[in-house]
Amino acid sequence: MTSIAELTGPPQATPFALLDEESKREIRRALLQAVATPGYQVPFGSREMPVARGWGSGGLQISLAIVGRHDVVKVIDQGDDEGVNAVNLRRLISSSTNTEETTEVNEATIVQSRHRIPEDAMEEDHILVLQVPVPEPLRGVERDMKELARMHAEADYSKMWVSLYEDKVRNGVITQTTGYPCLVAGRYVTATTPIPRWDIPRLHQSEFLTLFGAGREKRVYAIPPHTDVEPLTFDDVPFEVESADGASCRLCGSNESFLVESPGDTPTWACSDTAFCRRRRTK
Amino acid sequence: MSTAEMSMADMTSLAAIRVAEPVVRVRNLGKVYGPFDEGSLARTGPGVGTARDSRTGSIVAAWNVNFDVAAGEALGIVGESGSGKSTVLRCIAGDQAATTGDVRFQCHDDGASNILDLDPATRRRLRVDKVSVVYQDAAEGLALGVTAGGNIADPLTAAGWRNFGRIRERAAELLARTEVPLDRMDDIVRNFSGGMRQRVQIARALANNPPILLLDEPTTGLDASVAAGVLDLIRRLLEELDLAVVVVSHDFAVIEMLTQRCIVMQHGRVVEDALTDQLLEDPQHPYSQKLVAAARA
Repeated sequence: MTSIAELTGPPQATPFALLDEESKREIRRALLQAVATPGYQVPFGSREMPVARGWGSGGLQISLAIVGRHDVVKVIDQGDDEGVNAVNLRRLISSSTNTEETTEVNEATIVQSRHRIPEDAMEEDHILVLQVPVPEPLRGVERDMKELARMHAEADYSKMWVSLYEDKVRNGVITQTTGYPCLVAGRYVTATTPIPRWDIPRLHQSEFLTLFGAGREKRVYAIPPHTDVEPLTFDDVPFEVESADGASCRLCGSNESFLVESPGDTPTWACSDTAFCRRRRTK
Repeated sequence: MSTAEMSMADMTSLAAIRVAEPVVRVRNLGKVYGPFDEGSLARTGPGVGTARDSRTGSIVAAWNVNFDVAAGEALGIVGESGSGKSTVLRCIAGDQAATTGDVRFQCHDDGASNILDLDPATRRRLRVDKVSVVYQDAAEGLALGVTAGGNIADPLTAAGWRNFGRIRERAAELLARTEVPLDRMDDIVRNFSGGMRQRVQIARALANNPPILLLDEPTTGLDASVAAGVLDLIRRLLEELDLAVVVVSHDFAVIEMLTQRCIVMQHGRVVEDALTDQLLEDPQHPYSQKLVAAARA
């Protein structure tokens, strides 16, 4: 039994990547199943993390479970390497593993992200880890967990289609922006939360592996390389990505990247991916 | 088989309920809530005056129900509350699991397999375009928080429709057919009156042109003039479409208006089957006589 002296004494050496080996194995087993069944949400035993649930604990657990001594980790929050949460998560991963940090995609092997896929092309030696708040794409149309499981099992997605129909009828367009529902590998409807529509075409037949982790909801899922990812839409209602007419980044002048608006008397636009933007400026 | 059972089997002689080319064929359908044994059947039924087995407490909600329905005709199931008529309908629809029986649809597997044996997923798929149900309570058949058009889009998308414009067209066509004003197509069903909800339910039920339509007390709870309008609509649709229809009702006016043949149920058993006209003119079973007399009063 643990004595009070042990509990109150100096901390014992933390294991590599913070989690004990059994925990990491459990997460990796869940990830293997996730990769084998693209888009299917695999339950896993989400651990207590030194970050609160809802602050990237799912993505963090995946990163810690897969990181090795030779990996190089990049963490972004809304495309920004310098966001407080991104910095904290990156430090936590690198300090517990002695691995290198980077802000450059081409130097990284693991990219953990909230809300974005980096603008720079990711290749087959990259793994993208996405932090997911709500892994269940059907949550908005059905609340009963048993019924949700049945709908996925039977690929019965008519309620999802009805909600898209209703959205179009009420608003003239399909308004869902982030977390747009996609059919993965022709089988499971999957929440691409939390990335914007802009990034969705880049998941389709991608070169890289994408792992999704929802710590609070205790689910992981995956989109393996070279997998079909089709956003759900009607044949006569084309899927459109976000666009800001005529806008370009006020810093680097880019009009080909995902731009975010800075509020003000005269709103300005800037690249959401700060590393991409900085490199364009220094070229 | 007990003597009570023998006489029951004799009574359902099938003379009036068999047809040459049935779209729906129901044989020996039974539904019991709770454990039961052979004795349960002797302890329940019209002869005993209850559907509840006094020894086990089980309810024999329906037993030994047989009938056929051909295309273009409607069969009525009539009886008082608790007689088992809705249970029969729900067992055929797949809302409830039957205890025993053999139900075949011509449109599934050419009638070669008993649909009661199908796995739940396959049975649910039959509900997309093979068999539709209109419930007494619209909340059971419709999503009340969804628009009338959206409720029709549901079976259409389940059947693979992916063109928004064509879904709209089809929904508008069905709503016009069921006399729902088109300017209400984009209103949520919760804001509809009872009669209008039933019309939307019917429109939804017909979305994928199913060969089989099951109506469970479709006009009960509506006020008389509204019920008459809905009934009139159903009758016209039945004349136009070549559907096999089962109508469950306690109301002889509904049965008389919609059906050609019917069965009378009491305490979970069929006590009489006859041509509807015949039943109304000359009911044979004492219970039928009582029902008809009450309806005529």
